[in-house]
Amino acid sequence: MKYLQNIGAYFIMIKDMFRRPTKWSVMKTLILKDIDDLILGSLGIVAFISFFVGGVVAIQTSLNISNPLIPKNLIGFATRQSVILEFAPTFVSIIMAGKVGSFITSSIGTMRVTEQIDALEVMGINALNYLVFPKFIALLFYPFVIAIAMFLGVFGGYIACVYGGYSSSADFIDGVQLDFIEFHIVYAFLKTLVFAFVLATIPSFHGFFMKGGALEVGKASTTAFVWTSVVIIILNYFLTSLLLG
Amino acid sequence: MIEVNNLHKSFGDIHVLKGITTSFLPGQTNLIIGQSGSGKTVFLKCLLGLIEPEEGTISFNDAIYSELSVNEKRDLRSKMGMVFQGSALFDSMNIQENVMFPLRMFTKMTLSEMQDRSNEVLKRVNLPDAHKKKPSEASGGMQKRVAIARAIVNNPKYLFCDEPNSGLDPRTAIVIDNLIREITDEYNITTVINSHDMNSVMEIGEKIVFLKDGVKEWEGSKKTIFKTDNQAVTNFVYSSELFKKVRQMYIEERN
Repeated sequence: MKYLQNIGAYFIMIKDMFRRPTKWSVMKTLILKDIDDLILGSLGIVAFISFFVGGVVAIQTSLNISNPLIPKNLIGFATRQSVILEFAPTFVSIIMAGKVGSFITSSIGTMRVTEQIDALEVMGINALNYLVFPKFIALLFYPFVIAIAMFLGVFGGYIACVYGGYSSSADFIDGVQLDFIEFHIVYAFLKTLVFAFVLATIPSFHGFFMKGGALEVGKASTTAFVWTSVVIIILNYFLTSLLLG
Repeated sequence: MIEVNNLHKSFGDIHVLKGITTSFLPGQTNLIIGQSGSGKTVFLKCLLGLIEPEEGTISFNDAIYSELSVNEKRDLRSKMGMVFQGSALFDSMNIQENVMFPLRMFTKMTLSEMQDRSNEVLKRVNLPDAHKKKPSEASGGMQKRVAIARAIVNNPKYLFCDEPNSGLDPRTAIVIDNLIREITDEYNITTVINSHDMNSVMEIGEKIVFLKDGVKEWEGSKKTIFKTDNQAVTNFVYSSELFKKVRQMYIEERN
């Protein structure tokens, strides 16, 4: 019953997020600040993880090809498919649920605990529009992060493969170009946009409606991470079935 | 002027406010006092529109709050200033930005006009040189003064303070009390203060409403509170030995 209530409250929050908009001159500043915090601030960790995971995917693929009949360009092909279809859009989103999600929940939750949200509401400001909407707009730039993750994942695979002696540069590049389907990119970015919405709203919901003190802020961040990850995984399944199935 | 008529509010089975009727005049400091759990905070939150009462009405200059449209409520709220117990300053902004915040949200002032106005109110609360500090770098007393400056910067008609003295030393508490009283008088604001600080009651209580278990037990002023025979009020106000002695001296002097 409580879960149903929370789902209902979540959708009401989304509706309220678009009501009574904040003055554009103020909103503009908030959006730019959130782009800095949520998008630019995540580039480093996303780049680091993508590069090394791409490398590991390439090495693992290479080590598991023992049959001499399987062409070496499969390593590039498998790395590209793994990174573009799943690693970059889905698993980077789960990493972002930890990094960006916990930041959103803890910052909004702390504002709740210290009555800053009450202060906004007393002034007649729609606190949901003021706090959540800029995060939602900022995360519309999330596909750029994923594009970088895709590039660095494949590039990491190339470096690991070529300089680790697992395949030649030509074989890897040939594999990366093999049977390329443009729709896979569309599919990956569509997923990314849906996950961006989830990343902005679920942690905000847990922060905005939290009750209690500092300890509860920590608990809310953990809960937000768990639910954001669960929703991303479930949506990933349905989107994949719908778009590729 | 704020008029409250037969206000009721429950949370589940707990009846927190039980038919409170009172009024608060402009230009005077109105105090709501009572023990913890007496319903003071819920009452203040009802006045602020943060909690909706089940029964009864709250009128601001004859306009009944529950009958106002969303835009009218928004307009009314832009005329309210609030000083929270923990100051509730925005961590991400410095002191001047905090004070300028209501101006940025509700006026069409230019940046230099906003800076001038914020300088003016910061000077009024005796903080002329603290503009660039972050709230976390300011002491409790300074934070309260910044909160007062933010509350009055947009010339509000109504000022609400939730325990403005909590966590402050007695001397700073008196400074804050006097500041609120002076500002109330200067700007002719309707000020409602939620407090259980007896020094505040005696210093600035031009009107005092005493709540007990969600009921308005007594209403008066700092002058009449000395004379009252209401047992609940005397038990609460004169709970300390010091105040008992003060009251004794007052009664002896009167006789």
